Amino acid sequence: MSDLTGLSVSGAREGLAKGDFTSLELTEAHIAAIDAADGLNAFVSKTPDLARERAALSDKRRASGEAGLMEGIPIGVKDLFCTEGVLTTAGSHILDGFEPPYDSTVTANLWREGAVMLGKTNMDEFAMGSSNETSYYGPVLNPWRRPGDNRSLVPGGSSGGSAAAVAARIVPAAIGTDTGGSIRQPAAFTGTVGLKPTYGRCSRWGIVAFASSLDQAGPMARSVRDCAILLRAMAGFDAKDSTSVDTPVPDYEAALTGEVTGLKIGIPAEYKVDGMPGEVERLWQQGVDWLRGAGAEIVDISLPHTRYALPTYYIVAPAEASSNLARYDGVRYGLRVPGERLDDMYEKTRAAGFGAEVKRRVLMGTYVLSAGYYDAYYLKAQKVRTLIKRDFIEAFEKVDAILTPTTPTPAFAVGERVDDPIAMYLNDILTVPANMAGLPGISVPAGLSDDGLPLGLQVLGKAFDEETVLRVGHVLEGAAAFDARPDPWWRAD
Amino acid sequence: MPLDKATVAHIAKLARIEIGDADLEALTGELSGILKWIEQLSEVDTEGVEPMTSAVQMTLRRRADKVTDGNCRDKVLANVPVDADGFFAVPKVVE
Repeated sequence: MSDLTGLSVSGAREGLAKGDFTSLELTEAHIAAIDAADGLNAFVSKTPDLARERAALSDKRRASGEAGLMEGIPIGVKDLFCTEGVLTTAGSHILDGFEPPYDSTVTANLWREGAVMLGKTNMDEFAMGSSNETSYYGPVLNPWRRPGDNRSLVPGGSSGGSAAAVAARIVPAAIGTDTGGSIRQPAAFTGTVGLKPTYGRCSRWGIVAFASSLDQAGPMARSVRDCAILLRAMAGFDAKDSTSVDTPVPDYEAALTGEVTGLKIGIPAEYKVDGMPGEVERLWQQGVDWLRGAGAEIVDISLPHTRYALPTYYIVAPAEASSNLARYDGVRYGLRVPGERLDDMYEKTRAAGFGAEVKRRVLMGTYVLSAGYYDAYYLKAQKVRTLIKRDFIEAFEKVDAILTPTTPTPAFAVGERVDDPIAMYLNDILTVPANMAGLPGISVPAGLSDDGLPLGLQVLGKAFDEETVLRVGHVLEGAAAFDARPDPWWRAD
Repeated sequence: MPLDKATVAHIAKLARIEIGDADLEALTGELSGILKWIEQLSEVDTEGVEPMTSAVQMTLRRRADKVTDGNCRDKVLANVPVDADGFFAVPKVVE
């Protein structure tokens, strides 16, 4: 294991610029590390040949004096992003063999800035899950285990493969998507940093759709600075996404001043949920103390509809999913199971192609949109969503950012919650409200639980103010000085 | 309101997902449990509240009504599971 695999994105950028190593060397080191970590099941597809080819091209560009924001830096890509000519599965059997003839806008932006793809990371099927156990390609394992305990833990989800790969240092960084917490929750579970940008900041074009009013792409890395670098390369207006917002993309690294003096940080009373373990509450208080110590002003706030965000999500997201997933019918791409008649073929294909959680959500979505129930469920949920957003708008009249824990618990064991959908859904209770309101949020590793597992703190910000979110996250990161690492039990070399 | 098996079978038909009798029972229980949990939303007073239909406040952009893409039949058909001379093929629909 070469020390090139321990490098951050900013460290790799510096080493490449100074000529200490080439992109090809950096890429080879990570290809070897990925091959030695098959036990994590973090990848659905590895693309070493493509990576070498692109790394060599990057080295040529650099030699000719061109260098993009991510020039020569290898990354993992959640298997929800379409990648030209590379199998894209969304973690589902129903997309068997699907090789998109185009790249998503976000991945195309990253390639334009010189990034190199190492492979496609494993994920919950269609991004529906909080533990990575719903993938057709099997669960991803968390690099972290409880000290002295060999049981496998989940990495969180749905971007669990990306999170596990970053935590295991087999990629310097990765990209994910966040519909209800799918970047921030796995980041918290794996001791990594994950950022969900404002809805509209990164184009959704070419990302396999789950819930279109909530989905947003974002970076996952081992530092706040690395997330800032990645976000700048990913973001930007795209005419192909009707909800992409035409607003300039700032240099996010410039926001990392290390200063929070005078910033007002809100602490929402309602995020202290029933049954929150003492260790999570203590860490939250520690975060408050860190920010106060750094000169921020702490303000108690109220977000009264917080507890309704999750049930609202479980109407809105399945409704949108049932509509988006109607396209998987065995006609144009992916799996097809023969049938006597057309309907028969549809029904057999979708029965064989979708896993249990996807079926549950499509059926729930179909029900809440069906005649006679639309007003009672879907319209009601849209109204509650207005109230959730209003809570945030009122809070942000008084504060610049909001500090909360990312998850109510640390990572749990594989299999522990898989049979209880609602217990699984409760993972996202602290992350879902930001999706409902379209706001940016970051999870930063802030400490270890009583049994030695990472815990994250979440910073939420105003729409399109990722800069303040990153600035506060950066100060928390500095104060927490989180340097714990998982014991590399998975390493096969 | 708990769902019954007939309702779940009807939803499955609408969603075009074949559900065997053995799975129907379990699914009915699971979906009923989730619905019961969701129904806590009835506590929220939403009288006079506008439904939120967009995550960002914006006017949907328009563009000229003209062809911007095309001539890529091979790309469109590149992933087709069963093709027939440059068309998508499905089981016979009209007798």
